[in-house]
Amino acid sequence: MSSDVRFTDFKSDKQPTWCPGCGDFGTMNGIMKALANSGNDPDNTFVVAGIGCSGKIGTYMHSYAIHGVHGRSLPVAAGVKLANPNLTVVAAGGDGDGYSIGAGHFIHAVRRNVDMAYTVMDNRIYGLTKGQASPTSREDFETSTTPEGPKQPPVNPLALALAAGGTFIAQSFATDHKRHAEIVQQAIEHDGFGFVNVFSPCVTFNDVDTYDYFRDNLVDLADTDHDPTDYDAATDKILDSSKEYEGVIYKDESSVSYEEKFGVTENMSDIPSGAPDDAMDLVREFY
Amino acid sequence: MPADFNWAIGGEAGDGIDSTGKIFAQALSRAGRHVFTSKDFASRIRGGYTAYKVRTAIDPVQSVVDRLDVLIALTPRTIEENLDELHDDSVIIYDGDRSTMADVEIPGEMVGLDVPLKALAEEAGGAIMRNVVALGAACAVTDFPIENLDSALKKRFGGKGEAIVENNKEAARAGLEYVHEEFDHEFDYDLDTTDNDYVLLNGDQAIGMGAIAAGCRFYAGYPITPATNVMEYLTGRIERYGGHVVQAEDELAAINLALGAARAGARSMTATSGPGIDLMTETFGLVATSETPLVIVDVMRSGPSTGMPTKQEQGDLNMMLYGGHGEVPRFVVAPTSIDECFWKTVEAFNFAEKYQVPVYVAADLAMAVTEQTFPPEAFDMDEVEIDRGKVVDDDSIDEWLDDKGRFQPHAITDDGVSPRAFPGTDQGAHMSTGLEHDELGRRTEDTEMRVEQVDKRDRKVETAKNDEDLSPREFGNPDSDTLIISWGSNEGAMVEAMEFLEEDGVDVRFLSVPYIFPRPDLSDDIEAADEVIVVECNATGQFANVIEHDTLTRVKRINKYNGVRYKADELAERIKATLESEEEVSA
Repeated sequence: MSSDVRFTDFKSDKQPTWCPGCGDFGTMNGIMKALANSGNDPDNTFVVAGIGCSGKIGTYMHSYAIHGVHGRSLPVAAGVKLANPNLTVVAAGGDGDGYSIGAGHFIHAVRRNVDMAYTVMDNRIYGLTKGQASPTSREDFETSTTPEGPKQPPVNPLALALAAGGTFIAQSFATDHKRHAEIVQQAIEHDGFGFVNVFSPCVTFNDVDTYDYFRDNLVDLADTDHDPTDYDAATDKILDSSKEYEGVIYKDESSVSYEEKFGVTENMSDIPSGAPDDAMDLVREFY
Repeated sequence: MPADFNWAIGGEAGDGIDSTGKIFAQALSRAGRHVFTSKDFASRIRGGYTAYKVRTAIDPVQSVVDRLDVLIALTPRTIEENLDELHDDSVIIYDGDRSTMADVEIPGEMVGLDVPLKALAEEAGGAIMRNVVALGAACAVTDFPIENLDSALKKRFGGKGEAIVENNKEAARAGLEYVHEEFDHEFDYDLDTTDNDYVLLNGDQAIGMGAIAAGCRFYAGYPITPATNVMEYLTGRIERYGGHVVQAEDELAAINLALGAARAGARSMTATSGPGIDLMTETFGLVATSETPLVIVDVMRSGPSTGMPTKQEQGDLNMMLYGGHGEVPRFVVAPTSIDECFWKTVEAFNFAEKYQVPVYVAADLAMAVTEQTFPPEAFDMDEVEIDRGKVVDDDSIDEWLDDKGRFQPHAITDDGVSPRAFPGTDQGAHMSTGLEHDELGRRTEDTEMRVEQVDKRDRKVETAKNDEDLSPREFGNPDSDTLIISWGSNEGAMVEAMEFLEEDGVDVRFLSVPYIFPRPDLSDDIEAADEVIVVECNATGQFANVIEHDTLTRVKRINKYNGVRYKADELAERIKATLESEEEVSA
């Protein structure tokens, strides 16, 4: 790990195909800054992406990376981290990837608490398929497949994370560059599963949850007396549907990562060139 | 008496049938006898019928037969279920004090031994030991030295304290003495012992042990019959070697966890059965096209859907060969015996890494839940070789960098195999994706690169066909006009069936095929034979179809899909009937 790593070292030479103005640009830049600022370099970083506009992030970044199956980025990321705990692992996806097709994995990844960061680019819309309702779309949000709105309440990902025993729950805004990078850095540095829901507006298909909407409605917890280590205060904020919060909402300072609990410390790629020395003991167990 | 002896204990699920049977099998193994066990069981926690059967001989045994010599029957249904296998010299041990057994009829000339199992167990310290009393009674009937049973009881109960072990020994002796004192009968059975040391294990355990030997350090799985034993074996053992087992939330997560670990450079594995393979198929294409080495074990059970979860079938072959959308190579190896479960797992890891492919290990229920004895040398760990394929390090990575210094994980090569850089390798940072990609691993829809990448992946199969020994295992008379072909666990029954066939003057050549894809070309073998019969445990002859496709020759088929494995004597009869018939035969 070198100390002179700049965030642009995490940039690939592939030009993003995101729409001009897409929130994902800001989200990705913040992740790259957070990685550089927390002392990582591309060769010890592993980025796991899902499917959707957000899933392209691995292509535009320079690091070890995999762009996987829709909704399954979290188990892949946990596998990477457990096999080599020396790596810094960041999973990134969208609201469809994380809260719809991958919702089951989200809950279990939270409770497993593997040391990694998970950033969800939440634009409250399916962008890559050109504008259908997502699990975080508003109840009355009209789209091609929901002409009268989904008529279902949006999921509250922060509440899901809290209920699943989350140890780090945060929310950021893609164009609030400094704050977003700070929050993701804290998620990376958290000893456990650092979850950040990132408001990452879709300028093409979502005319409701826009930059203006978030600018007007976001409350930065840094400007309040919120104490993220106060579980009850965090619960109040998370369940408060009248506002959109930015910042670290909850952080369990006594969090112990899965790897630490299970003593998973070795780089599992290091193995002998034959069976382990005492492997005949395994056979003798069957006497 | 015949050279082999067949014993069973049967009752309801929850009666402790399995653990009692295992103790007897262990005792026989420790007495230097070969053992082959099988289970009849229903998928319930309690209720229904379940039995644990043990076939034993001084020589190796690798199949079940249709004959039962001594039966411990805890329920009347146990006798009914086994009427076909019982014979005039069979001995049935039962407890007439048990209300359901009070009026039980012992069929024909068989000897019924009414032993107060529960009462004797209570005298020895507790009713829970009634099955052990029955084991003692079985020792009396078979003239089997009870000290061997003591040794097995100590292994089973040693962890619960010396007093428990002593109580069980006493319970066994109570059964033994009761038979000696109360029954004035010359039993026809005599279980000799030898000084040989054997180990006793099942196919799931052999797969787990093979994985550790091969350097597997990461396992993720979701419990499913009959593959759970693989996970249970690894849990608590793989950690000793720096590895870890994750119980995933479902099979979708299991294969993705395993994939992640493999991308990080670990030898990684998951095991499941048909319903889990269905779910894992979602991620299978990603594993294959990202050229990630991964071992996926399918311990097949009867399908489709939930099917018959505790019954034998080899019905997933098509799924493993062709499952998933699009076209991408995968390897399928099928162990043909329990010791081969170990060796084929080791080989699967080498295939996976040498060719950077997902490898299916196609095991089946019949071998997974069966215990068999082997000399420990059958698992000689010094023979385990690990080949990690084209892994580059900080120094050797240079030759795989493009002119801009970027690593090329999907470089087009003559043998189809590209270099691998584990995360952490300097200059190795790269992308992997389920999208079609260029040599750098980045998305492409370039028509030429698409074709080059598809061809490159397919070339790996040709390389393996040239470089690997994919020969089938051969048995019988190499010059016979009759060729029998099989795969998977049928090998043991077939090898023993050949002895029955020989007695009837029928000689055959038998090829047991462990490599399903890539597989050996059997054209010459098939052309040289007058009659070709493919034996498998499914209804449609999935392997027979593949053979016909390869060789453009029709073959005869013996299929079984009632949920029960082949028995040696039964298979011999089916082969004779097939040879005599002009038509293709199906069960």
